[in-house]
Amino acid sequence: MDYVKIILLGAITVIAALASGWAHDLAYQVHALLIMVVAFAMFIYVLRNTDEPAKPTMEHDGIYFDGVIRAGVIATAFWGIAGFLVGTFIAFQLAFPALNFEWGQPFTNFGRLRPLHTSAVIFAFGGNALIATSLYVVQRTSAARLWGGNTAWFVFWGYQLFIVLAATGYLLGATQSKEYAEPEWYVDIWLTIVWLAYLAVFLGTIYKRREKHIYVANWFFLAFIITVAMLHLVNNLSIPVSIWGSKSVQVFSGVQDAMTQWWYGHNAVGFFLTAGFLGMMYYFVPKQAGRPVYSYKLSIIHFWALIFLYIWAGPHHLHYTALPDWAATLGMVFSIVLWMPSWGGMINGLMTLQGAWDKLRTDPIMRMFVLSLGFYGMSTFEGPMMSIRAVNSLSHYTDWTIGHVHSGALGWNGMITFACIYFLTPRLWGRKQMYSMAAINWHFWLATLGIVLYAASMWVTGIMEGLMWREVDDQGFLVNSFADTVSAKFPMYVVRGLGGVLFLSGALVMVWNMFMTIRGAKPVTASVPQATANATPAE
Amino acid sequence: MDTYSLLREIADSWVLLAMFCFFIGVGIFACLPSQANAREEASMIPLRDDAAPKPKKSCSGTCAKCACSDDLTAMRGLSNG
Repeated sequence: MDYVKIILLGAITVIAALASGWAHDLAYQVHALLIMVVAFAMFIYVLRNTDEPAKPTMEHDGIYFDGVIRAGVIATAFWGIAGFLVGTFIAFQLAFPALNFEWGQPFTNFGRLRPLHTSAVIFAFGGNALIATSLYVVQRTSAARLWGGNTAWFVFWGYQLFIVLAATGYLLGATQSKEYAEPEWYVDIWLTIVWLAYLAVFLGTIYKRREKHIYVANWFFLAFIITVAMLHLVNNLSIPVSIWGSKSVQVFSGVQDAMTQWWYGHNAVGFFLTAGFLGMMYYFVPKQAGRPVYSYKLSIIHFWALIFLYIWAGPHHLHYTALPDWAATLGMVFSIVLWMPSWGGMINGLMTLQGAWDKLRTDPIMRMFVLSLGFYGMSTFEGPMMSIRAVNSLSHYTDWTIGHVHSGALGWNGMITFACIYFLTPRLWGRKQMYSMAAINWHFWLATLGIVLYAASMWVTGIMEGLMWREVDDQGFLVNSFADTVSAKFPMYVVRGLGGVLFLSGALVMVWNMFMTIRGAKPVTASVPQATANATPAE
Repeated sequence: MDTYSLLREIADSWVLLAMFCFFIGVGIFACLPSQANAREEASMIPLRDDAAPKPKKSCSGTCAKCACSDDLTAMRGLSNG
């Protein structure tokens, strides 16, 4: 096996070296060098360990595979800080254009940092959180160790490599100009391989589970993994111009391309940022409350309604475009219908606290879960409303959309991820609780105030912008030029930037708290429950 | 008839009906009274001890009025359906 690895890694190193020489553009060249260095380091490592007597391994089937989850929790915090930092910086770039420094052109201008921010928070911060929590939850709810041994480590490091390739690619100008799917063709192929390995690990663990039922959280995680694979493959159908360059040409064109992009884009929200995070909600909220989920019945209906409806909602991103009206109307109707399962899920999560509401006063982690569910409810009401054609004619292209996205992403995804980190860190490193409970409270309030400042300023500026754009005088001429709206937005942009600063400082408090909790602690090995204990739960 | 129109025709009629029936079926299944026990059991999965195996108890936990059968006994009443 080691010989195969050596040959493969050696071949990759050589091909990457050739590719860096023949590269047509800078991004491709840097990526080829990066891959060459990584492959060569692995080549040396495998070579040095070949034909060594096998070390007795600690790993056996009786212990949960938690090392990769520890790494995932740390990576989540790391990429979170990186993403929030870039986000705060580009918020100030919009308020003060001078921050697009001359010396950094074109690498540090808004246009290149913006996709870096969105991908860092969605795919690096959110993605690592999803991978870590899903692998934690699937083991606990299946009472089985992860399937596939070190495949989980391949998934983790492969995903980090994907993030680094994507992020450096944006800065160096490699993009296929599809929102949330910017990485070019070779990065897409790499992600596909990693994602299929992730699916195999997850499914394999479910297959060898020792519980009779597949817990509902795993259904949501599985829907997330499968759907993201499907979306990724279809939306990234492209043909590279040259195998030695990063540029590629899309297979779809025109309105078909736009429709495919927003079918992808909206379901990235629906399955990455919603279904996956609902998987977290269905495990960690009952766990933290110490009570089973409010209604398992409702959770089954919630699951099927969500996945049946979400997939149709994409066309609401293309109102008043070349897309036929019937398609836009279809998207709008499904978006509105989607409001019900969303709120059903929120109610299911919130009512899990029935009989344990007092925990809100004493338990800051529970408070974060409840706040995140509150923001989930709020943004899943706002979304359907904004998808209505008449509302969209006011809100589209304005900062209202940005505000909506951030109340969902910071409020729902961010808060539930922070709560999960606070839940997991002490458990994974064998502490009774986080180092400082007061710091969790500080984080809670800093983040909440940050979101409120962000969302409120974006509502004001978005609606103002929309109204200014459509204002006509009694002769029928437009009253405002575009530049008028830009200068009118300045105060709100500053407030939005300050909201970002608050949210970022909350996250920094969390990192300090994690560091103090982990420092000096030994990783925990948690045993898989014995077979006899779960085969027939005693009545 | 070209491929698009044919697929469109099928999607608009039978596939739509089939998906709708499947969805109604799921809704009915989710509410079946006969599945109440299965639902309760599944909802308890996260609350089972996820760390170390439980310490051995003095009795095997199989007798009818066994007080030490399982920690879950105390949780039974908590489910809301």
